[in-house]
Amino acid sequence: MTSRKYLVLAGITFFSTLGDSLLARGMKDLGGASLHNIPALLLAILNPYVTIGIVLLLAFFASYMSALSWADLTYVLPASSLSYVLVAIIARIGFHEEISNTRWLGIALIAAGVGFVAAGPSATDVRRTDAESKPDNLHGNLHEDERCTEARS
Amino acid sequence: MNNLYAWAAIALITIAATTGDVLLAYSMKRVGDVGELWQSHGFFVVMRRILATPTFFLGVFAMAVAFYSLLFGLSWGNLSLVVPASASLTFVANAMAARIFLHERVGRRRWLAAILVAAGVALMAM
Repeated sequence: MTSRKYLVLAGITFFSTLGDSLLARGMKDLGGASLHNIPALLLAILNPYVTIGIVLLLAFFASYMSALSWADLTYVLPASSLSYVLVAIIARIGFHEEISNTRWLGIALIAAGVGFVAAGPSATDVRRTDAESKPDNLHGNLHEDERCTEARS
Repeated sequence: MNNLYAWAAIALITIAATTGDVLLAYSMKRVGDVGELWQSHGFFVVMRRILATPTFFLGVFAMAVAFYSLLFGLSWGNLSLVVPASASLTFVANAMAARIFLHERVGRRRWLAAILVAAGVALMAM
C-alpha cells in the first residue's frame, strides 16, 4: 500500500459524504419532489447544490473504481462505510445535532470493523497474484497466510 | 401488507447492489491497476479498457436497479427501516459473494469486520 492508495480510499469517504450531503441539501430546496413530477426532477440539476453534489458523486465513483482495480471488494467496502461516521461528525460539529448513545455505539462498531480490515492485506486473490506476481501483492499474501488460519476452500 | 412490500424491496436492493458491486469489482480487476496504467499508458487507454469491459456496464445497470428499488422501497416502507436494513444486508451479502465469485480470502478478520460494520450501520439509523 502506497500513500497514493490511502489517498484514494480517503477520497471514497470524503467525496461520498460531501456529495450526499450537498445532494440532500439541494433536494430540500425543491420541496416535495416526486416521481409524478418529472420536469421538476430534471430542473433539479440547475440547483447549484445538486450540480456540485453530482460532480462530487462522480468523483466518488471514479475513486471507488480505482480502488477496486487494486484492492479486494471486502477491503474497499468497509472503507466506504466510514462515510456514515463522517456524516455523524459533520452533523455534530457543523449543525450541533445531538448524537444518541446508540449512534455512538454504531460509530464505534463501524470504526472497529474498518480497523480490522485495514490492518490486513488489501488484495488476496491467489490466482491473480500468481499470474502477475506483483511484489506488493505477494507481500500481502504472505501476511494473510501468517494471520489467517482459516483454510480457503 | 405494506411491510411485506418493504421487505421485498429490501431484498431486491440487497441482491441488485451486491450483484453490481461484484460485477464492478470483477471488471476493474480485469482492467488492472488504474493508477499504474494511467502513468504508463495515459488516461485514454484506461478509459478505453474500462469501456471495452462489458461486465462494467452490467455492474452499472445493476447499481441503477438497486437505486430505483430504493426509491420505490422508500414509498412503501419507512426510511428508518429500508435504508439501514438494505445497507447492512448488502455488507454481509458482499462478503459471501466476494468469497464465492471473486475468490477473495474472506478470513475471520474480514467476516468480523463485515458483521461489525453491518451492526454499526443498523445502529446508526436508530
